Amino acid sequence: MTSSAEGIGARVTRREDKRFVTGKGRYTDDMTVPGMAHAAFVRSPHAHAKVTSLDASAARAMPGVEAVLTSEELVADGVGNLICGWMIHSKDGSPMKMGAWRALEGDTVRHVGQAVAVVVADTPARARDAADAVVVEYEPLDAVVDALDALKPGAPQLHPEAEGNLIYDWEIGDQATTDAAFASAAHVTRMEIRNNRLVPNAMEPRAALASYDEAEEHYTLWTTSQNPHVARLVLSAFYNIAPEHKLRVIAPDVGGGFGSKIFIYPEEMVCLWASKRTGLPVKWAADRTEAFLTDAHGRDHHSEAELALDADNRITGFRVKTVANLGAYMSLFSSSVPTYLYATLLSGQYAIPAIHANVKAVYTNTTPVDAYRGAGRPEATYLVERVMETAAREVGMDPAEFRRKNFVRSFPHQTPVIMCYDAGDYDASLDAALKAIDYAGFAARKAEAASRGKLRGIGFSCYIEACGIAPSQAVGSLGAGVGLWESAEVRVNPVGTIEVLTGSHSHGQGHETTFAQLVSDRFGVGLDTVSIVHGDTDKVQFGMGTYGSRSGAVGMSAIVKALDKVEAKAKKLAAHLMEAAEGDITLEGGTFKVAGTDKELPFFQVALAAYTAHNMPEGMEPGLKEGAFYDPTNFTFPAGTYICEVEVDPDTGKTEIVDFVAADDFGTIINPMIVEGQVHGGLTQGIGQALLENAAYDEDGQLLSGSYMDYCMPRADDVPSYRLMTTMTACPGNPLGMKGCGEAGAIGSPPAVINAITDAIGSNDLVMPATPAAVWQAIRQGRTAEAAE
Amino acid sequence: MADVTMTVNGKTVSKTVEDRTLLVQFLREGAGLTGTHVGCDTSQCGACVVHVDGKAVKSCTMLAAQAAGSEVTTIEGLASGGELHPVQAAFREHHGLQCGFCTPGMIMAAVDMINRLGGPLDEATIRAELEGNICRCTGYHNIVKAIAAASAEMAGVRTAAE
Repeated sequence: MTSSAEGIGARVTRREDKRFVTGKGRYTDDMTVPGMAHAAFVRSPHAHAKVTSLDASAARAMPGVEAVLTSEELVADGVGNLICGWMIHSKDGSPMKMGAWRALEGDTVRHVGQAVAVVVADTPARARDAADAVVVEYEPLDAVVDALDALKPGAPQLHPEAEGNLIYDWEIGDQATTDAAFASAAHVTRMEIRNNRLVPNAMEPRAALASYDEAEEHYTLWTTSQNPHVARLVLSAFYNIAPEHKLRVIAPDVGGGFGSKIFIYPEEMVCLWASKRTGLPVKWAADRTEAFLTDAHGRDHHSEAELALDADNRITGFRVKTVANLGAYMSLFSSSVPTYLYATLLSGQYAIPAIHANVKAVYTNTTPVDAYRGAGRPEATYLVERVMETAAREVGMDPAEFRRKNFVRSFPHQTPVIMCYDAGDYDASLDAALKAIDYAGFAARKAEAASRGKLRGIGFSCYIEACGIAPSQAVGSLGAGVGLWESAEVRVNPVGTIEVLTGSHSHGQGHETTFAQLVSDRFGVGLDTVSIVHGDTDKVQFGMGTYGSRSGAVGMSAIVKALDKVEAKAKKLAAHLMEAAEGDITLEGGTFKVAGTDKELPFFQVALAAYTAHNMPEGMEPGLKEGAFYDPTNFTFPAGTYICEVEVDPDTGKTEIVDFVAADDFGTIINPMIVEGQVHGGLTQGIGQALLENAAYDEDGQLLSGSYMDYCMPRADDVPSYRLMTTMTACPGNPLGMKGCGEAGAIGSPPAVINAITDAIGSNDLVMPATPAAVWQAIRQGRTAEAAE
Repeated sequence: MADVTMTVNGKTVSKTVEDRTLLVQFLREGAGLTGTHVGCDTSQCGACVVHVDGKAVKSCTMLAAQAAGSEVTTIEGLASGGELHPVQAAFREHHGLQCGFCTPGMIMAAVDMINRLGGPLDEATIRAELEGNICRCTGYHNIVKAIAAASAEMAGVRTAAE
C-alpha cells in the first residue's frame, strides 16, 4: 500500500463543497421534467377514525386538477401494502403481529397525517387547493398514544392482527442466571427510565419525482433516499410497482437523512403509481408539517432497569424491561430497532456476567417509529449510563472509578447478549477525557460557580455502540429480510482516471472526498483523477445504502476489495509490459516500478495498455474494471467517553453546557476533519434530545410539537463548541480497521448531559428533555424531599 | 395574476405569476435558481435566506410582488468571476457544511451578519445572530468557526483598504 498527501488520515477539504456553497447542489425538489404535475395529499386530522365517506367531485372539477386518487383505485391496481422487513419472534415463538398498511387508507385511519387520497394538478398550489376541497367524513374512534396505556386492558385497539396492541413480546439473555444474580446481590439499583420521542428533522424535507415511460413501461423515480437500491428492491418485490429492470431509482443530492430516509413511505409509492395512472410525471415535496407528521419518528421507550452489584461493587447482573412505541404501523426496519439494535448493547463497556431483557413493542395512534441516528443504541446507552451513574452515587463511589472497575479489558469479549466485542481500550478513552476536562479541578470549579449562585455538575457517559451492520448470515438468522453486505466497482479509464461506483450513499457524510482519499492512498494518484459515483440504480450495480455508520466499515471495505483486484491485474500487465516478474512489481506514487531496477511505468500508461490491448499477457481480458461485494465478518464497536459539565441557574432551571469533552475510538480515520464534523453533529442531536426536543402528543393523538415553532430544534446558541479527541484501537474485522463515527455523538451524549444536571441539582428524578421548567421542578422536588427527611 | 419584475443577481427577471407566489417560488421556479431552499413552513429554518436590496430576507415569507423592483441576490450570485466569496470559501475551508441543504441560507445570513456588524465577530455574537438559521448536520461548531474566520478576513481586507 502506498500513501499520499491526500490519502488516509489527511485533513482534506471536501470536493463536493463547491457545488453546495454556490447553490449548485441538485436535490430532488430541484429536478423538473417536461409536463410535470404536482401531488398533494389529503390527510387525516384524526388520530383514529373510520372513514365514512370521501367526496372528490368538487376537487376534480377545480382548475388544473388532473386526478384525485383514493385507496379504491390503489387496491384495484394491485399496489401492495407497506411492510416491515425484519421478522421478530416473541418469546413464545410466535411471529410479530403486523397490521395492514396501505399507502392510501380508505377504511380506518390510525394516526394524524395519514394519507387518504392524493390530488394531482398542474401546480403545487392548485393541488393543495384541491386537496382542501376533498370532503372526507370521519367517525372518530378513541385513540391511544402512550405505549403503556396501549397495553392496558380496555385500551383502544388499532389492528385486528395485534391483540392488545402487542406486536411482539421478545426477550434476550438468560433469565434464570440473571434472577440468581439479583437474589445474591449486595446492592441493587433500580430505575424507571423514559427515552423521549424525537423527530429526525433532516433539513431537506422528503420529496419524490416519478416519471413513467408508457412505451418502455419503465419508471424513473428521483427521491430523497439513503439507499436507492433498497428502495427499488422493496418497490419491486413487495409493492408490485414494477420489476427491478423497469424501475430506476435516483437519489441525487440528499439533504440529510439520520435514518428517516432509509424507509419506503406511502408518498413515493403513490407518486410512482400516480405517474402511470395519469400519464404525467408527478412530483411531491413535503412541507415541514408533513415531515413532522409522516417522517418516521425515533426512540420512545419506557423502561425499568435493575443493576445488581456484589459487595465489591462489581456488576453481577442487569435486568431490563422495555416497552417500545412503534406508532400506528410497522415501518420498514422498525422491529429491529428496539430488539437487536438495542438490547444487544445493554452490556455497555462493562463485564456483566448475566443480562436479561424483555421488550414489548406496541401499536399506538402516533406516527410510525423507526431508526433515527443511533437506532436502539442511544436508548441502550442512556439506560446503561444513567444506571451506572446512579449506582455509583448510591454506593458512594466516584462515577469514573465505578465504571473503570467494571470495564471489559480482554478481547474478544463475548457479552451475554449476542455481541462479541472485537477490540477496544476503554481505559484509554476515559483517561483522555478525564485529563481533558481536568477532573481534579472540578471541585474548585463547582465552588466558584456556587459563588455566582450557579449549580455546577459533571456527568459521564462511557458508551459503546455497534456499527457496520452487518454479517448477512448473522442478521438473516435474527430475522432480517435482506443481506447487509455492500458492493463497489472500480473503473479505471483508458487515460488513467478512476471512477468508483459505490452502493453507499452520501447525504452529508462526504464520501466523494473520503472514498477518493482511499483510492489516492492506495494508488498514489491525485484526488482530482478520481470520481465517486453513487445514488443511481442505473449506474451502480447494487448497494445496501448508508445507515448505521456502515459506509466506512462496509462500503469502503467493498472498495478495497475491488481495488485489490484492479491492482492485481494492473501489476500483472505492468510486469508483462516491463518484462519483469509479477512479484517484483510495486505501485508507488502513481507509478509501477520493478524492484531493484530503474524500470517504471506510470499508472495511466498501464491503464491505456489495458484498453488498447495491443500487448497483453496470454489469456488476459482487455480493460481495467473490477467489482466486488464485501460481507462483514462482525459488527464494529466504536466506543468512548463523553464528559459534560453544566451550570444550572436554580432560579430559572436553565441549563448551560459550559464544557463538553468527547474522547472517541473509531479505529482508523480517513479524514479527521470530516469525522470531527460527524461528532459535532451527533453531539448536538444528543444534546437536543437531552435538553430541548420532544415529540409531544395530546391524549387525542394530536402532535403538539408539529412545527419549528413548537418542536425545539437546537440552535447555534443552545450548544457549546466541543472539545474532541480520539484514541485508537484498530477494528480487526475489516481491511482498513474502521469502526464508524456517524452516530456516536447522538448515542453517547444524552446520558452525559442528564448525569451532569442531576449531579448539579442533587436530584436524580429528571426526564428528557430537561427543559428549564423540568429542571426547576426537579430542584423543588429535591428540596421538598430533603426537608421531609 | 401579477406581472413582477425584479433584478436577480444583476439580471432583470420578469414573470407573470399568481398573486400568492412567494419570493422563494419566484426564484426557484420562475428564475430557475434552485440554490435557495425551503426547509420549513413557519419562517424558522432560514434555508431560504436571500438578500433583498442588501438586507437578509427569508424569501418564504415575502411575496414575489413585494420584491418587485428590488435588487435580489441569491447564493448563485454571491461569487464573482468564478472566485468564491470569503464566506463561501470559509465554509469550505472549515467544513461548515455537510448535506449542504441549509448552507445557502446560512451563507447569505452570515454575509448579512458581517455586513451589518463588521468584524472580527466573536463566538457569542455569531451564535446569537444565527438564531434564524437551523442546521441539523454540523452542530454549528464549524459554521461558527467559518463565520468567525470570514469576518476576520473581511475586516482585515477592509482595514487594509482604508
